[in-house]
Amino acid sequence: MSGSEVVIVGGGVTGLSAGWWLARSGVKVTVLDKFIVGWEASGRNGGGASHYSSPLFDEEQRLWPQMDELLGYPTEHQKGRILIAMTERQWDQYRFIAERHTRLNHPVEVLDVKQVQEAVPLAGDNCFGGVHYKFGGHANPQRTVQAYAWALQDLGGKIIQHSPVTGFETAGGKVTAVKTANATYGCDAVVVAAGPQIPQLMAQLGVDVPLAAARAEMIITEPAPMMPLGGVDGHKIYGRQTLRGNLAYGGGPHEWLDVDATGPAARPSTPLARNLAKRLAELLPKAAHLNVIRSWAGVIENSPDGRPIIDRLTSPDNVVVASMSSVGFGLSPASGHAIRDLVIDGACSFTNIDLLKLSRFDGLEKDWREKRGWMPIA
Amino acid sequence: MDLNFTGTDVCAVNGTRSAPEAKYDLVVIGAGPSGIAAAIEGAASGASVLLVDENPVSGALMGNDTPLYFGGRMTAATQNSDRMLEAIFMSMPDLEKAMEAGVELLLGTTAWGVYRNGPGVQSLPEQVVGLADAERSWLVGFERIVLATGARDLAIAFPGWNQPGVMGAAALQMLLSRYGAFSGRRIVVLGSHDLALETTLLAIEHGLEVAGLVEVRDAAQGDATLLDKVTSAGIPIHYGQSIKSSKGGLDGIESITLTDGTDIACDTVCVAIGLVPSIELVDAMHGPRALNPARGGYIPAGEPNVTTVGLCAGLPDTGFDHVAYRMDWVRAALRVNAPETIICQCEEVTLADLIGIQPPNYLPRPAALQARSLDTLLNDGPANPDQIKRLTRSGMGVCQGRRCRDQVAMMLAIESDKPFGTIPLATHRAPVRPLPLKILAEWDEPAAMDAAWDVWFGIPTQWVPVEDIGTEYQDAHREMLYTGMYK
Repeated sequence: MSGSEVVIVGGGVTGLSAGWWLARSGVKVTVLDKFIVGWEASGRNGGGASHYSSPLFDEEQRLWPQMDELLGYPTEHQKGRILIAMTERQWDQYRFIAERHTRLNHPVEVLDVKQVQEAVPLAGDNCFGGVHYKFGGHANPQRTVQAYAWALQDLGGKIIQHSPVTGFETAGGKVTAVKTANATYGCDAVVVAAGPQIPQLMAQLGVDVPLAAARAEMIITEPAPMMPLGGVDGHKIYGRQTLRGNLAYGGGPHEWLDVDATGPAARPSTPLARNLAKRLAELLPKAAHLNVIRSWAGVIENSPDGRPIIDRLTSPDNVVVASMSSVGFGLSPASGHAIRDLVIDGACSFTNIDLLKLSRFDGLEKDWREKRGWMPIA
Repeated sequence: MDLNFTGTDVCAVNGTRSAPEAKYDLVVIGAGPSGIAAAIEGAASGASVLLVDENPVSGALMGNDTPLYFGGRMTAATQNSDRMLEAIFMSMPDLEKAMEAGVELLLGTTAWGVYRNGPGVQSLPEQVVGLADAERSWLVGFERIVLATGARDLAIAFPGWNQPGVMGAAALQMLLSRYGAFSGRRIVVLGSHDLALETTLLAIEHGLEVAGLVEVRDAAQGDATLLDKVTSAGIPIHYGQSIKSSKGGLDGIESITLTDGTDIACDTVCVAIGLVPSIELVDAMHGPRALNPARGGYIPAGEPNVTTVGLCAGLPDTGFDHVAYRMDWVRAALRVNAPETIICQCEEVTLADLIGIQPPNYLPRPAALQARSLDTLLNDGPANPDQIKRLTRSGMGVCQGRRCRDQVAMMLAIESDKPFGTIPLATHRAPVRPLPLKILAEWDEPAAMDAAWDVWFGIPTQWVPVEDIGTEYQDAHREMLYTGMYK
């Protein structure tokens, strides 16, 4: 494949990582984005990187500690996470998860209240205890997305922003070019990693990709003193202390949306910020006085089973479709590798990703969104 | 495939939100003259009216230059909220009239967000405004809302501007006229347009010494009558100048040096170059806005059920191009400011790091990163303040960009050689005032909210560890983590 042209549709974290991996293999890469790299969910998420439910987990864990060096730009990656239980029920659940990790040889430690407070001084006496993952971690989504983009450029790849893809040209069972309003980009292969816009784009190729989009929200506080462990989850919220000290947290109910081919119409946050603030003030009571200085929302897509779709189509056979189904950021070092392998070799070299094939949704009822209750509010 | 086809997503937001705890025909945000007039008019027409104003704000907020650019020049009197409240009533006699007209008045109450259904959200029971006082936050419903949020100070960096004693004209006017709580004695005023001249005259009236005005252009910019009063008072105006350097001590600024070398001793530099309409609430609700240089920059451009009055709707149009004038000041600042001049005070972002698109000092700067700059970023597309904010952290601090947002946009326009209006405005986001977690929190949230709450989407098949699929552990996983949510 060396020397061939791959066009990547979507400059989110998945498309950029794929582009970077391909460029590392000597492929000429062009990433097309409708606006600015990482502008949607890739730059708006919690930054977690501990996705032990995924077949890409081991590769995720292997790569993150090396990413700053591999990319040449800082990602703010920090290792380790802690889950703090605020109710007896959560305490049972988190210890159940800890047992599961122990069974699979992922290093975890169950912490008592005092140990939790040593690692997380903003935690209070009101918790039941915690589970310390000595794996996984978190990074800064915005900085990481830009790092992929710049690293890709450093390898000769191109990033074309402000250029929504409008369609494809096909011939002989292959996509031969990707079109935007102003230009046509000839290609030997295509990666469609356009998030919520994937179904509309793939429909143009006659391929049905079942995805539904939803809006989720986060809040961030002013900086707090740095804690020994900044990756603090629990109490049904997720987030991190940034390296600046801010507490950035999300979680809670989502709102299903219709997203057309041009992408999310808006990303409004709502008074859900108050419910996030309540839980964060409970999780970290010694931070309750800290000012919330922003809230925001992002739009992410999910597949019917919530698992990613990473697959190379049989027809057209030079297209890889990639949706990370709302958990794309942390897995991005590994998802890009898998996509690179599919584009170049036709198969993933480091793990079995059959679970992520699009064909698992063959025969899915047309009204699956209605049946799941994943419809926008009328 | 084992999917939940019950027709209901128990983790969706649908129907989980609280209703507002009160509802009014009309809510007016901001109890300045325009807001009071709108409230009285509404009450006179028989409407139920709530009038809120964030003042008096806490000393802590004033210390963060919120909502105005106080520059640390408040006296201890501003720590006494009872005295501040009294001062507000004394200085605004129409507040009593509004109450007599039946307006419900809440002072010390911040409006931190306006929410209504629209693109991207349909789950709100009704349109609401988020309010907060020193104790708690709550939501209020409305039929119509009037924003009378006024205008805030425009700050422009100069070497040493990040020390006590550098403040804005609106803040100085508020401290002098409303509270009598200004701690400076000898001030230098930047600018010579009406705002600068009026502020100078007010300062003289309050017995302060005005050491001079500094004007970047070669002639005075303001109203001739005002100018005459200022010059008659014997106050020098330094034309064609900006601040080259400054000296200061523990209490802040002590003297400035102009570009022509003139030294001026002062304890306060009042930046009176311009006011920016306070459009935070409109912008945070994604309302339309438009650039109007004659009315002070970006102003609201029309929103159903939302009316803007007073300065937040735009400064009075006198034909003066405020944007061109500010750009002249920023151009001068870019000529004079050293690379290490701080532009974002909260995050300590220097001019060099802003223009170099460099990260904060707690991150490494490998060679590839040092080779990046605004120039290289512009090769990928037009400058976007939100992108630059994310990379440099300028505007990401606790003052919520009040001190640097506008000047950064102007610097980006100048550095990228584009007209100011082509650079998007960095977004405002709720809460548009810093609000402590414990205040913002909805402590008495509906049970439905808690019942729907999951850390993520609540899709069991999303989180079953891949090794456990099809094993005895799969069911245990679901049972343990999702009981009651999915059968």
